[in-house]
Amino acid sequence: MRADLKIIEQWISAGSHVLDLGCGDGTLLDYLQREKQATGFGLEINPDHITTCMGRGVSVIEQNLDTQGLGNFEDHSFDTVLMTQALQAVRRPDMVLDEMLRVGREGIVTFPNFAYWRLRWYLMRRGRMPESETLPYKWYNTPNIHLCTFNDFEALCYRKDFRILNRTVVDGEHQDRWLSRLWPNMLGQIAIYRITREES
Amino acid sequence: MPDPLPTDSVGIVTPQTLHFDTPITLACSQTLESYDLVIETYGKLNADATNAVLICHALSGHHHAAGYHSKEDRKPGWWDSCIGPGKPIDTNRFFVVSLNNLGGCHGSTGPGSINPKTGQPYGPDFPVITVRDWVHSQALLADRLGIECWAAVVGGSLGGMQALQWSLDYPDRLRHAVTIASTPRLSAQNIAFNEVARQAITSDREFHDGRYYEHDTLPRRGLMLARMVGHITYLSDASMGEKFGRELRDQAYKFGYDAEFQVESYLRYQGERFSESFDANTYLLMTKALDYFDPAYEHDNDLAKALLRARCEFLVVSFSTDWRFTPARSEELVNAMIAARRKVSYAEIDAPWGHDAFLIPTPRYTAIFHSYMDRVAREVGA
Repeated sequence: MRADLKIIEQWISAGSHVLDLGCGDGTLLDYLQREKQATGFGLEINPDHITTCMGRGVSVIEQNLDTQGLGNFEDHSFDTVLMTQALQAVRRPDMVLDEMLRVGREGIVTFPNFAYWRLRWYLMRRGRMPESETLPYKWYNTPNIHLCTFNDFEALCYRKDFRILNRTVVDGEHQDRWLSRLWPNMLGQIAIYRITREES
Repeated sequence: MPDPLPTDSVGIVTPQTLHFDTPITLACSQTLESYDLVIETYGKLNADATNAVLICHALSGHHHAAGYHSKEDRKPGWWDSCIGPGKPIDTNRFFVVSLNNLGGCHGSTGPGSINPKTGQPYGPDFPVITVRDWVHSQALLADRLGIECWAAVVGGSLGGMQALQWSLDYPDRLRHAVTIASTPRLSAQNIAFNEVARQAITSDREFHDGRYYEHDTLPRRGLMLARMVGHITYLSDASMGEKFGRELRDQAYKFGYDAEFQVESYLRYQGERFSESFDANTYLLMTKALDYFDPAYEHDNDLAKALLRARCEFLVVSFSTDWRFTPARSEELVNAMIAARRKVSYAEIDAPWGHDAFLIPTPRYTAIFHSYMDRVAREVGA
């Protein structure tokens, strides 16, 4: 399993009710169902992913976050709402985060850090929009329309009064390296945050 | 029947009639002392009887869901696209049971059957049957066939409602419910269309208050009209446009009231054919069963509350151009399942054919259906 999913898995307690926004082929939910007796649903719009989810027994709902939102989910109806590698691709990440913490007690989000040193270097050296293994698109065809840095994300959490319960940065192989922990906004490639609106 | 037979066809099938002697009490509190159900089965029941799939038919459907009755048959069963070796409901793995519902007109006891008390056809005296009654009779059928628990109960449209009702009334007797192009209840518009159909039938002079059998006639005109209006609701504006456009049968306008546009003659032809092969009283009964279906009604109109009884997993599928039971109606059902924390998967298939899309194998529909049923099969060791 991908290393970021391993990290996420540690933050989900057994028997949790989980909503996975952009659940892909259902790998994580499948794992959580089997290993953590978790229940819940994945939202997805990719037809092939939806088919795969159905074949492996992951409850998947065809629903587009951008156009349909999460209005059909009740307040606090999930223990955890997950969104891996999709925050930067939605139309209004701030509103999606609000909705995540309306329907769930906790939210877990992962996203690529645009302040990663290689991206900074790429932009500085070439003066062109950075492309990398994590961001393999041109500026005009990228689904990633709202890229941000760790610092940007934390500033948004601060403004919205979200409490950050955990944060981890990993590299492109989703490995947790001591170097990226040292200076995450410069050396971390992918961020994993666990947030809540609840008071400690 | 095509020659050679396609390898994914169940081939020649023979319906069988099962007689039930134990009285069944219906939702309307009337009792049928005895009755027949006509069924077809495809595939083989495994030793543990875990691989059985029940097919529930829609408004004008019946037991003949797959294969051919004879070599001379031009068309296969109504859901042949989805049932057969290697098809989504794979008869190499599943034992498939398809029946003609009570009140039907294809061999199961219905308004056209002889009422043992009078020696005459039941006609209007045949009790109004509800979806719940059908499910009840299907459970008795399962008993007869030695099926304690269905691997899946599957249906489109009115058939999907039966699958849903199964999950509520016999939660431990099915593992999966598949409801396709269906709805948790009819809207005012849906009921309105049904009422037009019923009025068309009952206002036909040949209807004779439902006792047309004794008068040796049929309310053809009324049933034809009912079918025509129904048929329009099964198609989409786009698919009718695609099929007929404004095409005329002849070159020029005739400035009269005959069927000039192709769509007119198509509807008339379909309506006429239907009026010869379907029973008017059964049509009335089926539309009424549709109208009454509302499992939330007994639960303060809270569908999620009703669903708390369900134990099975659900697959819900809708079609983008279906305006009879729109994707929004399926989503209503899905949202109630989410609120009730039932296991459910949902997909909206992009297809141009309106409500009828559930009968037409499009790549994505087939892929999803396949994938889901494959998992059901693996789960029951089939």
